[in-house]
This record gives sequence, structure tokens and C-alpha cells, in this order.
Amino acid sequence: MAEVPDHLLQRSRERRKALGLPVPGEEGGDEAPVAADAAPPAGGGGGGDLPPTGGGGDAGPPADDGGGDAGGGDTGGIPAHLLERSKRRRAALSGDAAPAAAAAGGGGTATAVAAPPAPTATGPGGHTQRLLTVVKSGSIQQTRAEAQDKVHVWPHLLVIELASILILLAAVTVFSALVRAPLLSLSDFNKTPNPSKAPWYFLGLQELLTMFHPMVAGVTIPGVGLGLLALAPFIDKNPSHKPKDRKFAIAIFTMFIMMWSVLVIIGSFFRGKGFNFVFPWNDGIFFEL
Amino acid sequence: MANGNGNGHGPRVRVGAALEKFDEKMRGSQAWTAIFRPGSVYRRGYTDSPRNRSYVIMNNVLYHLHPVKVKRHSVKVSYTLCLGGLSFFLFILLTVTGIFLMFFYRPTEAAAWPDIKTLETAVTFGSLVRNMHRWGAHLMVLSVFLHMCRVFYHGAYKAPREFNWVIGVVLLLLTLLLSFTGYLLPWDQLALWAVTVGTNMMGYTPVFGSSVKYVLLGSNEISGDTLLRWYVLHVLLLPFVIVIFMAVHFWRVRKDGGITGPL
Repeated sequence: MAEVPDHLLQRSRERRKALGLPVPGEEGGDEAPVAADAAPPAGGGGGGDLPPTGGGGDAGPPADDGGGDAGGGDTGGIPAHLLERSKRRRAALSGDAAPAAAAAGGGGTATAVAAPPAPTATGPGGHTQRLLTVVKSGSIQQTRAEAQDKVHVWPHLLVIELASILILLAAVTVFSALVRAPLLSLSDFNKTPNPSKAPWYFLGLQELLTMFHPMVAGVTIPGVGLGLLALAPFIDKNPSHKPKDRKFAIAIFTMFIMMWSVLVIIGSFFRGKGFNFVFPWNDGIFFEL
Repeated sequence: MANGNGNGHGPRVRVGAALEKFDEKMRGSQAWTAIFRPGSVYRRGYTDSPRNRSYVIMNNVLYHLHPVKVKRHSVKVSYTLCLGGLSFFLFILLTVTGIFLMFFYRPTEAAAWPDIKTLETAVTFGSLVRNMHRWGAHLMVLSVFLHMCRVFYHGAYKAPREFNWVIGVVLLLLTLLLSFTGYLLPWDQLALWAVTVGTNMMGYTPVFGSSVKYVLLGSNEISGDTLLRWYVLHVLLLPFVIVIFMAVHFWRVRKDGGITGPL
């Protein structure tokens, strides 16, 4: 029964309660909600109840009086109360020579006149099939991918790419025509410039050198930093992409970025002779790209 | 009739017809059909239609990089700022300018610095190309870094894109190494001492420190051997490795469903 969706079970229970039938959860009966749905008690509430009202609970066909295969003591494992109900119903239907009378007269009379028929080997309404399981629709239905709002790469994306490439190329060309790349004097092992600075992207590390042992500043911190960076997707398990759900991750990353940026900026512009702290507006800039 | 220059239109019409005939002949030639695939707009002509827009990509080597269609939001410049694509373009620009520089540069202690000097003063466009290479390199470090920030703030490293983020971190590292190895090559005071500072730090690697330093420098201190070693790293080994990682990076972008959706 685990396969029957909860809302169907729930509806079945309510329906049964309304009709005054035993509720499966309370009496521990092993029955399908279909049965409850498809076979209202004989004449109860009038003829309008006979056809199923449509919806998820109607997995079984409406009860009909077609199968008259009575005979044999074997009940085929069908719960006793269902057999009982089937009997009642069959009796009611056979007694319904005039439907108008049944609708007007109410169930009480019809049930009362019904004689107990022979035990049957079939289910309610003479069905020989049983509900084995309810297969959820998603597992057998072909599901189509949701339509996405897409555009053609040509021209929409390629034009943007081309434009951005041309703008960048123009900017680099103009900048290069105007600003010379540095070329200092021939290298001389005997003339250490003061200060000696690493390339700008390593100046954060060089800045750390002023605070820590070289092994910590030059190996441990960058190693751990890069490792944590690479492992970020495995550390941050929060599946949301929305900034409001990711305040912590964003805060940590921003601090990480700011820390390196500040270190690089200090190393680049605030370090003068002897790598001492200076203010660039007082002592000038000791920085080459 | 109304072309107004008084020479009549006879010759012009004849030239036009000849051109048209030539065009027809060319498109029908075996060479043309060998070069352009069936369905190529160079065979069939291009009029703007959804079908032809698809054919443009499908019969183009760019099909390896781009699908025929992408999500509408992923072509929004304000989302990606084009940073990844521009990093790739800068890599291409650096390759082109770098190949140019290789024609004029010898990685030896005696020749390196004079070669750069000659390049700057005696080679046509030498100075411009060297400047472009240098500034382009700095810009690439910056754009790769900014691309990483963009990806982080969009949460684009999350499943299923975790692995591509890791590759991205490797690409950042390779970019830094490419820039750093190139830094030594001019063999001037700036290069020598910047690299000295950098490599001294590597010497502090626990256990393997001195070996790491020796392998990288080719000697105990920076020398002509270092220059050759870093030259090979800079122009061959690291570009080779970074191209492989870039290929996987771009492939995974598509396999993981394109760039991330709108926030």
C-alpha cells in the first residue's frame, strides 16, 4: 500500500467516514481506496453517488453488476467486509427494478430487503482483478524538458563576443602605443635594487613575508589558500544561488578577496626603500609593472 | 539609365554579369565544395532565418565551442561581463604577440637583454608588440581573477559545476605561472630581482625546498640556465598544459548545461 499517494488515502478515509464505512487505518484492514470510491453502499444518499466523481482516486472502474460468478467457498483473500458490501450492493441492484424508487426510498429499505447471496470468489462488482499498486505518473510518463527561453548563438552571442574582443583589442593596442613596457638596465647580480619587489600579483605574499616566517608566508598560507579555493564547491554545500541565501559564503569570499587586494596594494604602493612602510604621496611610488 | 556619368551602362552591366558568372562557377567548383560543408552558408547563401542561423554555427568550427542556441539570459553582458571569453581572447592575443617576439629573442645570458633592446629600437612594430604582450599579460591575470570572482558571486561553482571550478583554479594558477616565467625573460634588473624574490620563497617549501628551487632554477641561483628553463616553460610547457585545461574547462561549461541561470 505504500505506493498509494497520501492524498488519495486521505480522501478515501474521509469518504468512508462520511458514508459510515469502516476506515482502513482504524480497523487495520488491507483494502484499496479504490474500493471505497468505486462502490458506495447500496442506495446510500441516492443514485447520484453511483458513478465515481472523477479524480485521482478513481483508479478502479465504477462498480457494475455484470459479474455474477457466484460459487465456491474460496474468497480469494478478499477482506470480509468487502465481500459483505459486495453482497449488499448486488442485492440492492437486483432489487432496483425501479431506480426512481431507490433514489427516493433511501438505502435502509433496500438493504433490509436484500437476501444474503451466495459467497463469491470475485471482488466487489464481480471484478476478478485486484489493485496491486499505484504507479506514480512521473515514473512511466514521458516527461518533456521544460521549454527554455533560448536565442541563437549566431547572431546574438557571436556579435557580442566579436564586439567585446574588438573593444579590448583596440584598448590594448592604444594603451600599448602610448605606454612603454618597462625595460630596466641589464641584470646585475651585484646590484640589488632597493626595494626589490616581486611581480604585483605576488606582492601580497611578499607583504606576508614581513609578518611571518618565509615558510608560512611563502608556502603554507598560499598553499592552504589555493587549496581552500579549489575545494570551495565541496565545502559550501548550500545549493542556493540567491545572494540572500548565501550571506555567509559571500562574506567569507569577499573578506578573502579584500585581504589579498589590500596586501597587494600595500605591497605595491606603500612599501619603499628597505620594504619599509611609506606613504606614496610623501615618498613616491616604488612600483614597476 | 540614371547613372549620370555619361559613359552609358554597357561595360558596367557586362562586368556585373561576368562577376555573377564567376561567382556561380566558383561556388560550383570542387575546391569550394570541398572547403565548405553541405549546408554551409557559403554554399547556400545566407538570408536571415532561424534555419540559417543554426546552419551558421553547425557548419563552423565554432560549433566546438558554442551550441546552436543558448539561454537568453546568458548573452546578457551585465551577467558575465565577458570576463571568461576575454581571458581566452587575451590568451590568443598573447600567443600571437608571443610568437612574434620569439623571432627576435634568444634565451641566453648574453643575448636576451640586447635582443629586447634591439626589438624595441630596430624592429618594425617591435616595441608595440612587446608592449601589447606585457600589458596583455597583466590584463589576463586581472581578467582571470575577476572571472573567478564573478563565478563565485553567482554561485556558479555549485553542483554540477564543482569540477569546472577546480579546473578554473588550476587555470588561475597556470596563468600566474605563465606570467611569472615570462617576467624573467627580458633579463633586466626588474626581471632578475622580482624573480629572485619569488623563487626564494619556493626554497622554503618543506622537505623538498632546495630540490624544488634547483629544478626550477637549473642551478643554485638564477643564471643563464634558469633563463633557458623558464623560456621553455613560458613558450612551450605551460601553454601546452593550459590549453589542455582550457579545452576541458570549455567542454565542461557546455556539458554542465551552459552558464548558470539568472539568480
